[in-house]
Amino acid sequence: MNTKNILDKLPYASPFLFVDQLETVSETGVTGSFTFLPDADFYKGHFKDFPVTPGVILTECCAQIGVVCLGIYLMGDELGQNIKIGFSNSSMEFLEPVYPNEKVTVKSEKIYFRFNKLKCKVKMFNSTGKLVCRGELSGMFKNDSDAK
Amino acid sequence: MQKQVLVLEMSMPVLFLAGIKNAMNEKEKYQKLKEIVQTYLPDDVSVDAIRPESNFTTELNINSANLVDIVLDVEDVFDITLENEDMDGMLTVGDALTIIDNKISDK
Repeated sequence: MNTKNILDKLPYASPFLFVDQLETVSETGVTGSFTFLPDADFYKGHFKDFPVTPGVILTECCAQIGVVCLGIYLMGDELGQNIKIGFSNSSMEFLEPVYPNEKVTVKSEKIYFRFNKLKCKVKMFNSTGKLVCRGELSGMFKNDSDAK
Repeated sequence: MQKQVLVLEMSMPVLFLAGIKNAMNEKEKYQKLKEIVQTYLPDDVSVDAIRPESNFTTELNINSANLVDIVLDVEDVFDITLENEDMDGMLTVGDALTIIDNKISDK
């Protein structure tokens, strides 16, 4: 499975797609990027007259690239047409603000992928290479063929 | 004929001791498993609810993501490896104990 296949299988759409491209993907991890466009709705209120990307959105971006894209790759041919993903755990630390128009790069390393649960160590960097946030995220993957 | 009797006599105390040792181990195994499960128990479920017949999801209210963590902790603590089918058959605390016993005796 190549990076294009993975992007095609992502179950998100605008305004909640936070993956532009994937640079690398392997059994052990993934690297991808996203640019936060200034017209995103959340900037109108976070904060009033001072737009900063909310931490939850940075977490979502880390999860979409770091957990979901990697999970789609690791599931490979086992993956059905309609994947079901559940975000199960997150523990994040935020170090730098991300402003509108900034491009961020997410690097994720697999901690384990067992019994359809993928746990990763994620790091997000801004365009100057500064660490923006880091943490551990995990998600559950289910095939549509599963009865549950 | 005489030799057989001798073997039987010698093996009896050994078997007896092994029986006691296993019984102790069962208790210890259950205690260890209980400690693992306890870590992932939601706040609104009492530790007393952990019994051999307790169902992990319907009674102990443990979600599938945490059940994976329980399995991974079980693997570490008992030094065994579980497969997908083991996970599928692990509905209650007692099921988990049976799987642990089988895996340990297979080693």
